[in-house]
Amino acid sequence: MVKVNGIETAAAGKSIRMLVEDGGYRCDHVAVERNEEIVPKTQYDTTIAQEGDVIEIVQFMGGGQ
Amino acid sequence: MQDDVLLLGGHEFHSRFILGSGKYSLRLIKAAVEYAGAELITLAVRRANTKEQESILDFIPEGVTLLPNTSGARNAQEAVRIARLARELGCGDFVKVEIMRDTRYLLPDNAETVRATEILAKEGFVVMPYMYPDLNTARDLVNAGAASVMPLASPIGSNKGLATKDFIQILIDEIDLPIIVDAGIGRPSQACEAMEMGAAAVMCNTALATAGDLPMMADAFRKAVDAGRKAYLSGLGRVLMRGGEPSDTLTGFLR
Repeated sequence: MVKVNGIETAAAGKSIRMLVEDGGYRCDHVAVERNEEIVPKTQYDTTIAQEGDVIEIVQFMGGGQ
Repeated sequence: MQDDVLLLGGHEFHSRFILGSGKYSLRLIKAAVEYAGAELITLAVRRANTKEQESILDFIPEGVTLLPNTSGARNAQEAVRIARLARELGCGDFVKVEIMRDTRYLLPDNAETVRATEILAKEGFVVMPYMYPDLNTARDLVNAGAASVMPLASPIGSNKGLATKDFIQILIDEIDLPIIVDAGIGRPSQACEAMEMGAAAVMCNTALATAGDLPMMADAFRKAVDAGRKAYLSGLGRVLMRGGEPSDTLTGFLR
C-alpha cells in the first residue's frame, strides 16, 4: 500500500502523474512530496510509487491570519 | 509620491497594503484585490482535497505577487518543508514564515522563526518573517537575511489593533528593513496609525473577512494606508505638551 495524503491506497506501481490525475488535480496546481522529498514536476512520469511510500500532494488555498 | 517604492528582496511594489486570502469566498478575492489595490496576497499550503476542485490560483488577478505562508508549522524544520513545497508550486520565491507553537494566542515562536529565516534566505527565498515585536529578534532576522520584518499588532484574527505599538515603533526606529505590521489590525484607523508611525506596509485578512461589506472595507483600508503613508512622508506636526498656540496672528488687533 501507498499512503497518499494520509490514506492507504493501492497505488504501488503508479507514476506520480497518475496519482495526481487520479485524484482529480491538475499537475500545474500541485506540489508532490515522496517520503518527504519533493518530486520535481519534470519527474512526475518517471517517478513510480513503491510499496510503503508516503506521498503528499499539496496545493495553495486561502490563508492569511 | 511617484517614486515611493516598497522594495522587498529586490522586487518593487507601489501598494503598501498586503492582503490575506483566508476565511472568505474565492469569489470575493478579485474584488478584494482590486479595492485594496493590493500587489501582494498571502496564501496557505495544504493537502490537496478532492472536495475542493477549484484552485485559488484561478481567482487571483494577474500581476499580483503570491506570498505563501508557512502556517501550520510548529518549528523551523516544518516551516522550511512548507516553503520548499510552496516554491515547487511554481509561483515565485516569496515566503512568509509563520511558526506557532502556541494554539491559544497563536503567538509566533521567535527563535524558530530566526532559524527558518536563515535556512530559507540561504536557499534564495525572499523571506518575510512574522514575529513578536522584539528588537533582539529583529536584529537576528536582519542577520539571517530577512527581506522584511513583520511584527504582530495583536493576536492573529483578533481585530484588537496596535496592542504592541511602542515595541513596533522601536523596530521602525532601529531596524533597517521594511517593518510590515501584520496580524491584529482590525480597523482602517489602526492601519493608518501604523503607517503614520513609519511602518512600510500593513497586512490584513480578518479585518476584511469579518467586515459587513468586504470590498468596501478593502477600499477603506487602502485609503487609510495611503493617508498614513502620506502623513508619515510629510512629517507629522509637533505636539505641544502644555497650553495652546494660535494659528493666526490677527486676533490681537481688538486689544
